[in-house]
Amino acid sequence: MILVYTESEEGKIKKIALEAVAYAKGIADQMGTSVTAVAINTNDVSELGKYGASKVLEVSNDKLNKFNAEAYADVLAQAAKNEDAKVVVLTSSANSKFLAPALAVNLEAGYVPNVVTLPESTSPFKVKHNVFTNKAFAVTEIKTDRKIVGIGKNSYGLKESETSASTEAFTPNLDAHDFDMEIVSVDKATDKVTIADAEIVVSGGRGLKGPENWGMLEDLAKTLGAATACSKPVSDLGWRPHSEHVGQTGKPVASNLYIAVGISGAIQHLAGINASKVKVVINNDPEAPFFKAADYGMVGDAFEIVPKLTEKLKEFKAQNA
Amino acid sequence: MKILVCISHVPDTTSKINFTEGDTKFDTSGVQFVINPNDEFGLTRAMWFKEKQGATVHVINVGGAETEPTLRKALAIGADEAIRINTAATDGFTVAKQLANVAKEGGYDLVIGGRESIDFNGGMVPGMVAKLTGANFVNTCIGIEIEGDKATAIREIDGGKETLKTSLPLVIGGQKGLVQESDLRIPNMRGIMQARTKPLNVKEPIASSEETATVAFEKPAPKGAVKLVDSVDELVNLLHNEAKVI
Ligand SMILES: Cc1cc2nc3c(=O)[nH]c(=O)nc-3n(C[C@H](O)[C@H](O)[C@H](O)COP(=O)(O)OP(=O)(O)OC[C@H]3O[C@@H](n4cnc5c(N)ncnc54)[C@H](O)[C@@H]3O)c2cc1C
Ligand SMILES: Nc1ncnc2c1ncn2[C@@H]1O[C@H](COP(=O)(O)O)[C@@H](O)[C@H]1O
Repeated sequence: MILVYTESEEGKIKKIALEAVAYAKGIADQMGTSVTAVAINTNDVSELGKYGASKVLEVSNDKLNKFNAEAYADVLAQAAKNEDAKVVVLTSSANSKFLAPALAVNLEAGYVPNVVTLPESTSPFKVKHNVFTNKAFAVTEIKTDRKIVGIGKNSYGLKESETSASTEAFTPNLDAHDFDMEIVSVDKATDKVTIADAEIVVSGGRGLKGPENWGMLEDLAKTLGAATACSKPVSDLGWRPHSEHVGQTGKPVASNLYIAVGISGAIQHLAGINASKVKVVINNDPEAPFFKAADYGMVGDAFEIVPKLTEKLKEFKAQNA
Repeated sequence: MKILVCISHVPDTTSKINFTEGDTKFDTSGVQFVINPNDEFGLTRAMWFKEKQGATVHVINVGGAETEPTLRKALAIGADEAIRINTAATDGFTVAKQLANVAKEGGYDLVIGGRESIDFNGGMVPGMVAKLTGANFVNTCIGIEIEGDKATAIREIDGGKETLKTSLPLVIGGQKGLVQESDLRIPNMRGIMQARTKPLNVKEPIASSEETATVAFEKPAPKGAVKLVDSVDELVNLLHNEAKVI
């Protein structure tokens, strides 16, 4: 049996969770077994069958309303043991990455994150994953009886398969240590698309000259429903918050579309954004290294191009609405 | 307070990544190694605890003798003592078991690791050390204050941040934000001289099984040439009809 953790936010299943179910189904088919999903405080799990889950363990517990790595890892470990899971599938979300190490220790399971495709073989169990911050792949064998894989964002896709899922209530035993950490406050902009969730990311570099010029990037991002990001010097200079710094030493980006404006394309920047599917660069220097890494490029002044692009996209959206 | 900072020895961020021996080994020729950037933020925060709260700071690496210059650099930045566990770091779980053993035996109150190393990108070692030692754990940590045995930590979450109250012993997976870029220290001459005489203790590893083993490496396929466009109309058209991303 393949166990998959289906993440939700405020009771609603996240898209990455559906991708994780589809991936788990892929492994289950390779191994001739089925998929069981674990959904914690989720309102509606009916969608999970569509992507290949044949059973859903529903956990409802008010103590688990806020994400808590220790407790969530405990829930998953108990589910994996009860159901005798051979493989546990997680995503690359911050929460999955937070709980995975505790789960691995608890299950004495080898864990490989950032996996990009289905296992090359399941016996021995070998997976391909990103290493050296997207500069290479490694093929790693997981040798333990139970295995944990974390799939990289946007690397498998939403593959449907008609399975009908039965649901079952699951009541884990939680102990006091699970709640040693108290969340005092959460400070989160709810109206903004986050870099982690975004399908499209619009990113600005030092070429934009100063923080006062970010309005046009925000307009572009808003038109596209995109998240905003920036290069490292931009956040070091305090033009934008650190949470927007992307690259090898910042946040990783694996969006469908990455639009880089006034970014030169240094190796450290490219490493962190290379997992994006389509890259567009707007830069007034035709020699900027980013042009070598991009799919589409416009050579010219960002201050002219960006507002025009936003206008054009607004027209396009109106026509295709 | 005793602090242990885990130092991963990684190729400098500008390194070209190549492999040898039939794509089974990382090619270290011509590669400059550095302290993993996330660990450098953690080490710098540890220096603050040393200077402001009288903490003792030890640094540790699991690796062969080739990592000693990186540990010496951490000593030059100001750590009091270094420990090297003499075994190749090939699997995150195994590394975590070695570190957990030292963390427990040494009675450290705070273990600082990085959110992720820039070579293996495992993002697993600190969380495993916490679970193995029974300590509390905060990942993607961008702020930490300690008062007695109580700690207040700030964690980056998708789209914002969260403030947590917890207690020692504690392990964090740190990153930029623990200190700012401008707070990072370049070792000065005095630091480098002092580092030469500070203890660097080499310990043999504890027996441990290997949970995972990397069998091969691959480089990504080379990219096709960029398509240069002259107008935003053309760009929007291509993004819609060819790339199908809008
Ligand atoms: C250890 C280390 C880690 C690093 N990690 C990261 C990382 O994670 N992420 C990261 O981004 N960087 C990282 N860097 C920094 C990296 O090396 C580059 O310095 C940085 O990415 C450059 O940022 P930039 O492209 O915004 O600025 P610049 O290199 O200054 O480039 C600005 C670009 O804007 C263009 N431009 C100027 N005016 C205009 C205009 N009017 N219209 C259009 N284009 C214009 C210029 O032609 C130029 O190409 C790291 C560096 C080190 C040493
Ligand atoms: N070989 C090692 N020796 C000491 N610390 C390590 C080692 N490998 C990883 N770490 C620590 O664990 C963090 C996360 O590494 P990783 O799990 O490999 O992404 C690093 O930032 C270091 O703090």
